[in-house]
Amino acid sequence: MNDLVKDWSSDVSTFKIRWSKAMMWIFLISDTFIFGTFLISYMAIRLTVVDSWPDTSQVFALHVGGTDVPLLLIAIMTFILISSSGTMAIAVNAANKKDKRKTGIFMLLTVLGGIAFVSMQAFEWTKLIVDEGIRPWGNDFGAQQFGSFFFMITGFHGLHVLIGVIYLSIVSKRVLAGRYDGIDDYQIVEVAGLYWHFVDLVWVFIFAFFYLW
Amino acid sequence: MQDAELNQTFYEGQTIHHPKSWLTKYVFSQDHKTVAIQYFSLSLLTGVVGVILSMVMRLQLGFPGLFDISPDTYYQSITMHGMIMVIYLLTAILLGGFGNFLIPLMLGARDMAFPFVNMMSVHFYALSVILLFASYLVPGGPTGAGWTLYPPQVLLPGTPGYDWGIVMMILSVAVFIIAFTMGGLNYVTTVLQSRARGMTLMRMPLVIWCIFLATVIGLLAFPALLVAGIMLLLDRLIGSSFFMPDIFQFGQHVTNVFGTEYEGGSPLLFQHLFWFFGHPEVYIVALPMFGIVSELISCHARKNIFGYKMMVWALIAITAVSFIVWAHHMFVAGMNPVLGFFFATTTLIIAIPTAIKVYNWVLTLWKADIHMTVPMYYAVGFIFTFIIGGLGGLFLGNVSVDVELSDTYFVVGHFHVVMGISPILALCGGVHHWFPLITGRTMNNFLGKIHFWGTFAGAYLIYIPMHYLGLGGVLRRYYDFKGLAYVSDSLHDMNVFITLASIVVGLIQFLFLFNIVWSYFKGKKVEKNPWKATTLEWQTTTMPPGHGNWPNKLPTVHRGPYDYSVPGASEDYIPQNVPLEAETEGGSSHE
Ligand code: HEM
Ligand SMILES: [Cu+2]
Repeated sequence: MNDLVKDWSSDVSTFKIRWSKAMMWIFLISDTFIFGTFLISYMAIRLTVVDSWPDTSQVFALHVGGTDVPLLLIAIMTFILISSSGTMAIAVNAANKKDKRKTGIFMLLTVLGGIAFVSMQAFEWTKLIVDEGIRPWGNDFGAQQFGSFFFMITGFHGLHVLIGVIYLSIVSKRVLAGRYDGIDDYQIVEVAGLYWHFVDLVWVFIFAFFYLW
Repeated sequence: MQDAELNQTFYEGQTIHHPKSWLTKYVFSQDHKTVAIQYFSLSLLTGVVGVILSMVMRLQLGFPGLFDISPDTYYQSITMHGMIMVIYLLTAILLGGFGNFLIPLMLGARDMAFPFVNMMSVHFYALSVILLFASYLVPGGPTGAGWTLYPPQVLLPGTPGYDWGIVMMILSVAVFIIAFTMGGLNYVTTVLQSRARGMTLMRMPLVIWCIFLATVIGLLAFPALLVAGIMLLLDRLIGSSFFMPDIFQFGQHVTNVFGTEYEGGSPLLFQHLFWFFGHPEVYIVALPMFGIVSELISCHARKNIFGYKMMVWALIAITAVSFIVWAHHMFVAGMNPVLGFFFATTTLIIAIPTAIKVYNWVLTLWKADIHMTVPMYYAVGFIFTFIIGGLGGLFLGNVSVDVELSDTYFVVGHFHVVMGISPILALCGGVHHWFPLITGRTMNNFLGKIHFWGTFAGAYLIYIPMHYLGLGGVLRRYYDFKGLAYVSDSLHDMNVFITLASIVVGLIQFLFLFNIVWSYFKGKKVEKNPWKATTLEWQTTTMPPGHGNWPNKLPTVHRGPYDYSVPGASEDYIPQNVPLEAETEGGSSHE
């Protein structure tokens, strides 16, 4: 314990990492508190409302081939997002080996995953709003907070994905254009990767607490 | 090469580009010192508005009806005053102003880690101030729900600004949070990752520790306010019922913008979220002022801070515990009494590290070579004031006492002593202390002393009577007390007295602003390091330090921050960047 304190409080830098990476970590911790507060508020309200909470497997079902398949769409979305974390990891790995082309390509694949996720979310929202008639101020399935929490939390997360898509596109374009040759050992890719993994991780929690509970 | 070393060499070898045009030098400057001065000026100007608003309220309370102040104006003034003082003045000036100015200089860095983000931070801050004042222009004016913005009241017709004022307020606060986050990421990264060689964490001046921890608190506490704000905004704009319960007004079920009924929301949830931010916010303000006072006391009493390590651990303890006391603001809100027990306990526990700090200040002064300079006046005044405020807090922290005192003027007195007057004293002391570093001139001592005595004595004339009013049962946030039988004539007279005192104290604050402006042009020019201080910010080659702070090489640190009156040394101070061998034999260095 004493040695740990000594190491951390040594001079120049506490963590032996780049500034940008340190900043991204600190930002993500702060952002964790935002999502955490959203989810805790959601749980608190869900436990205290008088009306019954809608049956999520029914609301989020997709009508395929004559039967309702619960959670089908969301399973695909989750799968895509998790896979995009995989492609991002490959990109970071390639960046460490200074393989410019591979890094760029796998980052673009990640971007595609992100775009697919957001589009499917747009589809899901349209379905819920237009077909099921779910509104922030009420719905036919149960407690009215269901709709507002759903749109707020998934919307806020979707916004993060969207920002990530833009962020990653810019970085990947710069990587491919050779902008980081020489000045930097592609750490910036790793920093972008941190953000992307974070967004995916948050989704796992949203998925668990919103769709499965 | 180690990454960290890479940072350092990259940083040292850099040729610094100095901005040439007026615009990049003064408006879009990325120099942390200019950013700091922008923060200082803007927050002080905003603070002036805050003071004027408080005069409006005091006039109404002292002389009800005489000045034609409507209830709406009164409640809007309360709200704007509270928000401005807590967030746009104190948070901004202590972290944005002092933090920006001191962190790189005291740590021996060239600038913040991300100067561009830093510049954006102050511009977003400016935008948030504009949005705040723009709420006077929207239909209905600013919101009048009090700085706590409690729903359901804040959205109910009848509350001033229930329709657009609240929207502007939330937008402004959200922009402020973005500004704070950009600044805060900078402060934390800079403190952690870009200190000079030899500047270990345990050699950092206490003020840097304090600002660092306050920023950490901010980065973890502001999210709760942001989330609460977003949810409140959605309740207002898209008709959700996060915080709005089934509520009836004049026999009508209250409806949202779409005409459907609010139902099932939890106002208590808002209070939890708000105070999860609100209490730590108190420490965002308190910690930097602790830090400033530590610097002032050590430097002007020419003595090493008593128990540096203890001070640091006390700060860390306060930081941690400040996150688990929030519900002491909600003892009467209708939460489970068991929770009240828990939060009362933690609240009283946090008084321990706070008291340790106070003892250490006093012990530092004990038998020290005290120079009664103006900053020292402020520092000592601060200790007195803060002790009084803290004692009031002990009363409020006990549930059974607080149930009586909650929402009375006792609370108003309490938080103005700890969060109104104490920070002002610390802040003015800090400005006096660091003014020569910023401008190369000293501030006028005579004006400084008048301002100090006026504020210090005035604070007691205003806030001790307020405690008394509270014990008499006078409730806060009342527009007037006509026809309330239990408010006796003597209590009314006391209100008149408080109003008169606060007008004098309010006017005296302008003396301080005048002193700043006057000294900027006419103040006595001083040599480098006029206070003979040990910390790095005074050891730059030029004073005021130029762009990039350290012209050639970054300094190397060899000792702790407070080597004052070291036995055997030729002078009564040894700057942090003087190597150990250079001092005469027998001079031991405190670590
Ligand atoms: C030993 C230290 C302290 C204790 C035990 C304490 C306790 C309390 C309690 C229990 C309340 C709630 C009263 C009520 O609403 O019924 C309160 C209010 C408040 N305190 Fe403290 N406090 C302490 C120090 C501080 C400090 C250091 C600050 C600021 C720098 C501060 C600022 C405030 C503010 C702003 C409020 C009022 C918020 C409002 O309701 O509008 N307190 N304090
Ligand atoms: Cu508190």
